[in-house]
Amino acid sequence: MTILIKGGQVVDPGRVNGPADVLIENGKVTAVGQKLKAPADATVVDAAGRGVMPGFIDLHVHFREPGFEYKETIQSGTAAAVAGGFTSVCCMPNTSPVNDNQSITEFILEKARAAGNANVFPVGAITKGSEGKELAEIGDLRRAGCVAISDDGLPVMNSLVMRRAMEYAIAFDVPVVDHCEDLHLSEGGCMNEGFVSTQLGLPGVPAAAEDVMVARNLALAELTGARLHLAHLSTAGSVRMVRDAKSRGIKVTAEACPHHFMLTEEAVCGYNTHAKINPPLRTWADVQAIKDGLRDGTIDVIATDHAPHATQEKQQEFAAAPNGIVGLETAWPLTLTLVEEGVLSLEAAVAKLTTEPARAFSLQKGTLAPGADADVAIADLRESWEVDPARFRSKSRNTPFAGWKVKGRIRTTIVGGRVVYETP
Amino acid sequence: MSFKHKHLLSVAPLSADEIMLILETADSFKEVSGREIKKVPALRGKTVVNLFFEPSTRTRTSFELAAKRLSADVINFSPSNSSVVKGETLLDTARNIEAMQADIIVLRHPAAGAAETLARGVKSSVINAGDGWHEHPTQALLDLYTLREKKRNFNGLRVAIVGDVAHSRVARSNIHALTKVGAEVRVVGPRTMMPFGIERLGVRMYDNLDEGLRGVDVIMMLRLQLERQGRALYPTIREYSRLYGLTAERLKLAEAGALVMHPGPINRGVEIAPDVADSFSSVILDQVTNGVAVRMGILYLLSGANQ
Repeated sequence: MTILIKGGQVVDPGRVNGPADVLIENGKVTAVGQKLKAPADATVVDAAGRGVMPGFIDLHVHFREPGFEYKETIQSGTAAAVAGGFTSVCCMPNTSPVNDNQSITEFILEKARAAGNANVFPVGAITKGSEGKELAEIGDLRRAGCVAISDDGLPVMNSLVMRRAMEYAIAFDVPVVDHCEDLHLSEGGCMNEGFVSTQLGLPGVPAAAEDVMVARNLALAELTGARLHLAHLSTAGSVRMVRDAKSRGIKVTAEACPHHFMLTEEAVCGYNTHAKINPPLRTWADVQAIKDGLRDGTIDVIATDHAPHATQEKQQEFAAAPNGIVGLETAWPLTLTLVEEGVLSLEAAVAKLTTEPARAFSLQKGTLAPGADADVAIADLRESWEVDPARFRSKSRNTPFAGWKVKGRIRTTIVGGRVVYETP
Repeated sequence: MSFKHKHLLSVAPLSADEIMLILETADSFKEVSGREIKKVPALRGKTVVNLFFEPSTRTRTSFELAAKRLSADVINFSPSNSSVVKGETLLDTARNIEAMQADIIVLRHPAAGAAETLARGVKSSVINAGDGWHEHPTQALLDLYTLREKKRNFNGLRVAIVGDVAHSRVARSNIHALTKVGAEVRVVGPRTMMPFGIERLGVRMYDNLDEGLRGVDVIMMLRLQLERQGRALYPTIREYSRLYGLTAERLKLAEAGALVMHPGPINRGVEIAPDVADSFSSVILDQVTNGVAVRMGILYLLSGANQ
């Protein structure tokens, strides 16, 4: 199949940033340039006035399959991904059973192939059952197709186990991903510990619960020389420590989620369970620090932490409701707000969704260079629309952005040279 | 003045005038409780459901008496923990109760915000009878009623709230209520029991009980939740009692005629010495008596019977 994307503004970070056509043949990008001729059999996609970008990569999604298919399946999750311009997603291992062995990894990859939407790159568990005790068969997980290891959601509390995981991972060159949370400090907490939690009478999670684990992980990365990736940073302290670690040459990458640069703890007022997330929404000062970290490159990647939950689960009392926000279908317009505010240039914003995540996890993705897999997101940059969760491709509707007027919309998504999504 | 709220979920959004209206409404019902026949027909034909997800004797009984003295039909519903395990959500439980045409649901629940969540989901009026560490508005209002009876004027009244403020819904509601009506509020206790930024609610924080008690007109002792021992909030009951227990000796640091209050149930010899609890200064039992009148007033105002 041959596709010519004509007349768009190509934003391929570090390579092209301006008007150009993109030619796709046999699943690969074969040419990027001005006024390309359409081959006889080509389908022409008119991208006039739109951005043409490498398909986005999300390093952090929860697709709930196997085990919690009522929240999301690999089918529905990848459908949501491509509707949001994401052509590659890395799914976290906290399924049931946990993705801590080759057969679960193969199951996930098989489901992804059958779905035929986005590329799925599983993240394997660090420890068996993500129990934080014994290492999972990381070599097997790697061979089966896992691109990173993490006990996301159940952080490894034992520092010796974490040290060993980092050392062991070096042989396979896989990044070790940590959700930084001291489970003793955060015990029972369900929102940021601050004045809002005091007013609402909700148990809080102090910023220190994240900071102490970021500090530990950076010390262990320095000790072992392993590749460390820090998931969803939410505090000013984390940003400060990662900045310092990078300046000292520690191999660390970091991600931030749109909700952590868009919202503060105030969003919880009224016991809004759609704003219940882990790590929790923090203060205005933390939001500013996250933006500063994105601006100066301390935070490499924007990831969604797409975490679907059923409506009835989110309708419970605040303390009982599960943590999480669905993020795949709102990430693009929320990222564009950073461009509008002058935090990031358009090219830098796109890099946080493409080249940077590809680099963090060593994925051969995230570029429109000739020869690359033809994964492309074509998006409107200014069209305004209202977020309506009822229209999500995801099975779940848990978003604090419902009813928001946002700007920028995904129009067409191409994976491996095949159009997998077009805005209806 | 009429009462414009459909629910009573917290003290925080009430104005000083609205608080005074509740107290004045309670005045007329206090008189009813002193009669030979303690009943008025104000809520005849209305149904009040006490929905208590936590054990409570005092508050539930007080609401039950208040509703009965107003001639409402009262149902007590205390879902056991097992029905929660069975998977019925709070909202489903409440909708079932509503389907039986409950006019007012009185909710006690261990989760902060439960009353607010419920109020969004049902058509009945909801009264918060305590939600987690958040608020216990009727307790604060009956405390104010008791203070008004004994001290006449709230303005400049110095009140010390002593104990585990962080985990206390009574403390939060009282801080809101007292500051709104012009009292000067102190909170006293170890930092492990003080929530983040509590001063921003307009109170002063004291680590030392003797300093905190100096010159106060009212002392509100909070119950030490003994089940929290082992959570590193305090080392031993012995040390807590020595540092933060109210004794007759310490009571002398307060103004002459200072009142001692406690929301109950009290731990004698822990946060309050037995002789203090039983002393002339103690208004602990007046609080209980007034609780019925204040809850009658609130039920009456929310039922719309005054319109």
